[in-house]
Amino acid sequence: MADPNTPKEKDTVTGVETTGHEWDGLKELNNPAPRWWLWVFFLCCIWAVGYWLVYPAWPTLNGNTQGSKHWTQYKKLADEQSEITARRGVYIEKIKTASLQDIQSDPELYAFAIAGGKTMFKENCAACHGTGAEGRPGYPNLNDDDWLWGGDLDAIYTTIKHGIRSTHAETRDSAMPAFGKDGILKAAEISSVADYVLSLSTHQGGTEEGATLFATNCASCHGNDGKGGRDFGAPNLADAIWLYGGDKASIVRQVNSPRHGVMPTWEARLPDTTIKQLAIYVHSLGGGEAAPAIMPAAAPTQPSAKEPAGR
Amino acid sequence: MPEQPIQLFAKQRTIYPRRVWGKYRKLKWVAMVVLLGIYYLTPWIRWDRGEYMPSQAILIDMPHRRAYFFGIEIWPQEVYYITGILILAAVGLFFVTSLLGRVWCGYACPQTVWTDLFIWVERIVQGDRNARKKLDESPWNFEKIRKKTLTHLIWLLIGLCTGGAWVFYFNDAPTLMDQILHADVPWSVGGWILGLTFSTYVMAGFAREQVCTYMCPYARFQSAMFDKDTLVISYDERRGEPRGKHKAGTGWENRGHCIDCDSCVVVCPMGIDIRNGLQMECIACGLCVDACNNVMDKIGLPHGLIRYDTAEAHDKGIASTFRFFRPRTFWYIGIMSAVGSLMLYSLLTRSPLEITVLHDRNPIFVTLSDGDIRNGYNISLINKDHTDRQYKLEIKGIDTRNIRVQASQDLSPDALNVFADSVGHFRVFLTAPKQAEARKHIEFIVTDTQNNIRESDSSIFVSERE
Repeated sequence: MADPNTPKEKDTVTGVETTGHEWDGLKELNNPAPRWWLWVFFLCCIWAVGYWLVYPAWPTLNGNTQGSKHWTQYKKLADEQSEITARRGVYIEKIKTASLQDIQSDPELYAFAIAGGKTMFKENCAACHGTGAEGRPGYPNLNDDDWLWGGDLDAIYTTIKHGIRSTHAETRDSAMPAFGKDGILKAAEISSVADYVLSLSTHQGGTEEGATLFATNCASCHGNDGKGGRDFGAPNLADAIWLYGGDKASIVRQVNSPRHGVMPTWEARLPDTTIKQLAIYVHSLGGGEAAPAIMPAAAPTQPSAKEPAGR
Repeated sequence: MPEQPIQLFAKQRTIYPRRVWGKYRKLKWVAMVVLLGIYYLTPWIRWDRGEYMPSQAILIDMPHRRAYFFGIEIWPQEVYYITGILILAAVGLFFVTSLLGRVWCGYACPQTVWTDLFIWVERIVQGDRNARKKLDESPWNFEKIRKKTLTHLIWLLIGLCTGGAWVFYFNDAPTLMDQILHADVPWSVGGWILGLTFSTYVMAGFAREQVCTYMCPYARFQSAMFDKDTLVISYDERRGEPRGKHKAGTGWENRGHCIDCDSCVVVCPMGIDIRNGLQMECIACGLCVDACNNVMDKIGLPHGLIRYDTAEAHDKGIASTFRFFRPRTFWYIGIMSAVGSLMLYSLLTRSPLEITVLHDRNPIFVTLSDGDIRNGYNISLINKDHTDRQYKLEIKGIDTRNIRVQASQDLSPDALNVFADSVGHFRVFLTAPKQAEARKHIEFIVTDTQNNIRESDSSIFVSERE
């Protein structure tokens, strides 16, 4: 500690007083702070006072000072969000009254529905169906052309709204009997029918016995040709797509003690406009089917994909 | 203990350049008028591009992501032209430096031009060197306050015009002018005007030669481009020394031609004495040459005691040896022509149509019920024409069972419409039997049938997980 009574030491080279602090023989010169630096410092002090007045700043016993503008980040966020909601609202209003087909034929509304549907899909559907709607065993791939309950816009919309085997009163429902577990068929018969089911798509193997067993036990739902039926959501057994696996062991397991997928009803959880957007999005993934009644005869005239220069 | 303490920092010295006449001064005025004229007037040049298109010859349209340069339009993916221009500018600067020294600094650099303008204002309002010096030393009185205020107001006005002109390059000039006059401008415009007003005011009004000496990187490395054949401003020591005051009527025997009148020093905007040799601060503006030549005229001696000359000439004491063609010259010209012709080539062969194909990653492929494989793609067709166009899409490299193009509805791949000057986005689904290769390379070819322009982009068809 420097004694305040002794005169300050002067540096011999520069003639400037030292502060009296010494580190390893180096002494700090007591130069004044640069004037520009001081001015910046003073300006900042003045600025700070103005800042306290304009913005929320000091904590008080009940909250904090509000500032002359009553500006908060929360309010800014809320303003910005309400602006987005308002901008979105224009489209949402249109979607509310438009039919799915109307939305599809209006390029601007369609683009909005796809963008919204894509986001809502990732939020609500991706957990089971995957982020790209690619599905996985037990959960249908929504990109392909195989639909258990129908793949046109209205069918997809109904499935999302009411669900499959859900709690909704109008849910789509069906169940396959547990042929093995409930003793309807013997193990050998199940093996035989599984061979026949495999032969529907591979066109090899399969026995007379299997065919007979299939006709008596399975054809009522899956059809005589095994091509399934959308009334019961019965899968097409003659194609290349398998929900629970397409090898013999998987088929045996499914005949023995079938599993049934459950899709929740979204009616209560999502607004109708969102369900519409989801239906449009899922339909756009590549497997969407045209509505049976209004099949266009020729390629439709061009509504071009336009990106306005002003975007 | 030394009497005089060592100064660790140089204090800023105010420089009062004296007015000077001569050919380099004239050249500086011409350069200033021409350069400022280009800067202020360019945004007002019109260029008709048709309906709905900006009619400004040079425009950088940020919100619409386009830059217009007369007949040339730059889209965001073509910003490499800016790289080209920057390379040309840099090499051009090296080229000029190697030939003529720091002439960019002396005549064309914005810092010099605006500083020169500000000094001119200073002289008009406060008088020449001595009057300004006296005014600064005099106590504050009405006259001083009036002159100083007027100077700063004019400086700020010039700054305002500088910032004001800048924003016209980014907006339609007449429209924006109208908005500015009505004080109805977006924050971005106001911010740029204010920012450039302030920076012009500070840089040309206060920082001045400090910018060249301490802030500018070019000042630090320009000597690397100098050689013995570079023209630099220099004092002819052989002729000038020994210097000394001269009495009229006396002869010039046994003494140099420099009469030590300090004319070259007082006119220098950088505040240096050129007689001390080549200095980092010298911006090669030639004002000292003018000043010295004027003195030589008065005392009846030939011009050129201070002049643009090469180091070679000075070292050997011979007449000017300036050579334009040196190995360096060819190197720089070579680089500039290479970059220039590359840019010109890409500009001339630039297609008004572009296609970009992006293969879906999630899922990378889809197995359909009949066992076929389908891949999805997002394609963008960029129509740079100012008219709506119809394109035809073909796929090469794979036998597809089905090409489906989807926008809001299914479209025929033979007729994809994209509006003028915009980008069309389409989903394309290709369906093909499972391929022998897990990943097959294919090509998307798009044709503008009316103009017979073809462009392509390559992509892949994936049919199994690798």
